[in-house]
Amino acid sequence: MTAEVISELMREHIARLAASGKRSDGRGFDEPRKLVVQKNYIKNAEGSARVQLGNTDVLVGVKIDVGEPYPDTPNQGVLSTSAELIPLASPTFESGPPSPTAIELARVVDRGIRESKTVNTEKLCITPKEKVWIMFIDIHALDYDGNLFDAASYGALSALSCAKVPASKIGKEDYPLPLEHWPISVTSAKIGGNVVVDPNLDEERIADARITVTTDENGDIRAMQKGLKGSFNLDEIRAAIRTSQKVGKGLRGIIQRD
Amino acid sequence: MEDIEHIPKELQLIDKKGIRLDGRRFNELRPIKIEAGVLKKADGSAYLEWGNNKVLAAVYGPREAHPRHLQDPAKALVQCRYNMAPFSVTERKRPGPDRRSVEISKVISEAFASVVFVEQFPRTSVDIYIEVLQADAGTRCAGLTAASVALADAGIPMRDLVSSCASGKIGGVVALDLNKDEDNFGEADCPMAIVPRTGEIVLLQMDGHLTAHEFDQAMELSINAAKQIYELQRDALRRRYAAVAEAAEQEALREPPPQEAPRETPPDMPEDLPPEVDDL
Repeated sequence: MTAEVISELMREHIARLAASGKRSDGRGFDEPRKLVVQKNYIKNAEGSARVQLGNTDVLVGVKIDVGEPYPDTPNQGVLSTSAELIPLASPTFESGPPSPTAIELARVVDRGIRESKTVNTEKLCITPKEKVWIMFIDIHALDYDGNLFDAASYGALSALSCAKVPASKIGKEDYPLPLEHWPISVTSAKIGGNVVVDPNLDEERIADARITVTTDENGDIRAMQKGLKGSFNLDEIRAAIRTSQKVGKGLRGIIQRD
Repeated sequence: MEDIEHIPKELQLIDKKGIRLDGRRFNELRPIKIEAGVLKKADGSAYLEWGNNKVLAAVYGPREAHPRHLQDPAKALVQCRYNMAPFSVTERKRPGPDRRSVEISKVISEAFASVVFVEQFPRTSVDIYIEVLQADAGTRCAGLTAASVALADAGIPMRDLVSSCASGKIGGVVALDLNKDEDNFGEADCPMAIVPRTGEIVLLQMDGHLTAHEFDQAMELSINAAKQIYELQRDALRRRYAAVAEAAEQEALREPPPQEAPRETPPDMPEDLPPEVDDL
């Protein structure tokens, strides 16, 4: 990845703002950017969504195909998540095989969906041990302005929520993907001693540490991932969990409605 | 996928008395053994056994960072490569990095970046290699714990060691340090790593299902365990330094002190060597 350049002035500016309780785009510390979701954006995908989180723009497609189950889960469908950080989306993205950043992104999104049992995979079995439906979630970053983790995760959930299992391919009737839970990931970044939710690109670049907490509709934790080179203390982690529960509630409503 | 067929689905991972399949209580670690300085070529190394996990860690550096465009003119890079041997798991793992090991390598590198005094070694790289020889759940914590000892053994200046442990949930109970069966059939797993002296959390991951309260319980178990592990790490280093000191003493007794010869610059050697001589 190309070295990211951020001016010392910008670094100081954002850190000073944070120290006085403000953010560069005028938001509160626990205020996410505006979320806009367009479901069924791609006709040829079984499910899709284009998600804008502020100026971060992500397109997620779900393709569903017949395949073999894993031997240890012979009567369950399979979930597979990939992410591409294409050079179209940012001067810092390069073409080539997935970078560790892209792999981490895909795995964190995957974990939130998998661990909360979002999709009832037992309803995706065609013939036990032989044929099941396989869901491929493909995350495509289009415009990177910070916090791809959450934008991609909202995109993936939105795309799943409108996806149809193409059962007509095997002579049956198409049916909606059996969704049972609505996990919402909420990412916070630590800047100096302050923790802000849904960091924009400038904030993300100067952040010391990052924490993503995925909670379900009961407020229970389903997945977590700390990132970047800095650290959190336990109280900051607890606060990030509370923020995730609170902020997640509002965002879940938007994704369920649209 | 792991060989998990020998365990029935309805298996009780923890019984009414709070005893787990391997006889431990909810707050008990598996036995841990650490040895520092086990490899000859590496600048620092450590071997660790943690229950049925066997892990080797080696540290090279600080050395010139490659490829060059990755060099940071202000500090050292801390680069970790976590790798599982193909025979370390029941079903052979295809050699080389997969997505899981790439992610683990990334989070472990990040965990060490804040404890190593990176600003002392600009343009260099501190390379950490973690090799999982035998896996039984908790390999990233075992690898990180071993790597931390290897870093100290290599003499890399650090603010503190990093100590790591996981907690999770099995049969509805929050429990420390899950083994393979518990990880496969449990409800949650939450690995973490701390800087014991300050309590800073430098690695945290979680998957499964925990309430906020259960998360607090899990963290309390892990933090207490990490402090025990910290003592084991320090002990391994003390033993290593005692051995080194003893060897040096023996050496001193055997050889007469070398005569200090007056140092002269050979006439055909330039006075000032260029600074970047490739010396290895």
